[in-house]
Amino acid sequence: MKGRFLDAVLAAGHQHRSVALATELKGGGQLLLDGDRLEGELALDEAALGAMREALRADRNRTFDTAAGRVFVEVFSPPRRCFVVGAVHIAQPLVQILSLADYQPIVIDPRQSFATEARFPGLELSTEWPDEALERLKPDHRSAVVTLTHDPKLDDPALAVALRSECFYIGALGSKRTHAARCGRLKEMGFTDTDLARIHGPIGLSIGAVSPAEIAVSILGQMTQILRRGEKSEAA
Amino acid sequence: MSDTAEILEQAARWREAGKGVALATVVNTWGSSPRPLGSKLAVDSDGAFVGSVSGGCVEGSVVTEALETIRDGKPRLLDFGVTNEQAWEVGLACGGKIEIFVERVE
Repeated sequence: MKGRFLDAVLAAGHQHRSVALATELKGGGQLLLDGDRLEGELALDEAALGAMREALRADRNRTFDTAAGRVFVEVFSPPRRCFVVGAVHIAQPLVQILSLADYQPIVIDPRQSFATEARFPGLELSTEWPDEALERLKPDHRSAVVTLTHDPKLDDPALAVALRSECFYIGALGSKRTHAARCGRLKEMGFTDTDLARIHGPIGLSIGAVSPAEIAVSILGQMTQILRRGEKSEAA
Repeated sequence: MSDTAEILEQAARWREAGKGVALATVVNTWGSSPRPLGSKLAVDSDGAFVGSVSGGCVEGSVVTEALETIRDGKPRLLDFGVTNEQAWEVGLACGGKIEIFVERVE
């Protein structure tokens, strides 16, 4: 890898941007795709460039044959983000295992006594209202949104923004009864049953989790399942 | 920070410190292989390494090849699998096959 490509890949990561690097597997010639910009000495035809753009969009590494030889396309993406609404007890182990699993956790709670540096050292914290914070931070298809407050004033607006986004996972803490009431309120806000089916509530895999750390494991387990196998896998 | 980013940051630090550096990347897998495409190992000219390209089965061999690549600058494409002649030494216990690209960081 050219040093300048190494630097470019690292810089893109710091700026929360995805880039793709194609490497020809015999000579090692390389081409970097950054947004619409191409840089490097490897000459790829339109078909190969199309496959490279597709890999970048789909966030998926692949190796394939091109007119220029066999090429490996690697997508370098910033960490997926997980927005945790509610700086509550469960959020503390949750942000730790999220970090281990390569997520960037962002904790949102307008109650300033909860969202403190002492409780969440070194983490991105927001004390905005959850809907304001999410509208600013814009969850995308590489984001998850988890609500943990049990408080409709805080959870509902966050869920509304999440439902209007492309985020791949939405989970809401609360019993079946709490969740039914929550869905009722969200329906009044104009969301359909199809929309509401995106919310995992009660949150997490059913593994009998009791302690905050166990609940965090069940949440990350479910998030991983949806990320890797898609929504339909859940019924299985 | 992601696993890959950490490995690349280390590669950049080694380069900064004036060391030779090679990257080894899983570019193809067949059957049940332990690590996905893009899994990486960064190696410096002293043989120190970070990251992984298998469950620990072939790292030693990859580091040896990476040191050669640091020395001669030539990229290498390595094959590992249970069918490998050296299966006892550097085969994959999982029965899968992987292809690893090794390149020098210029």
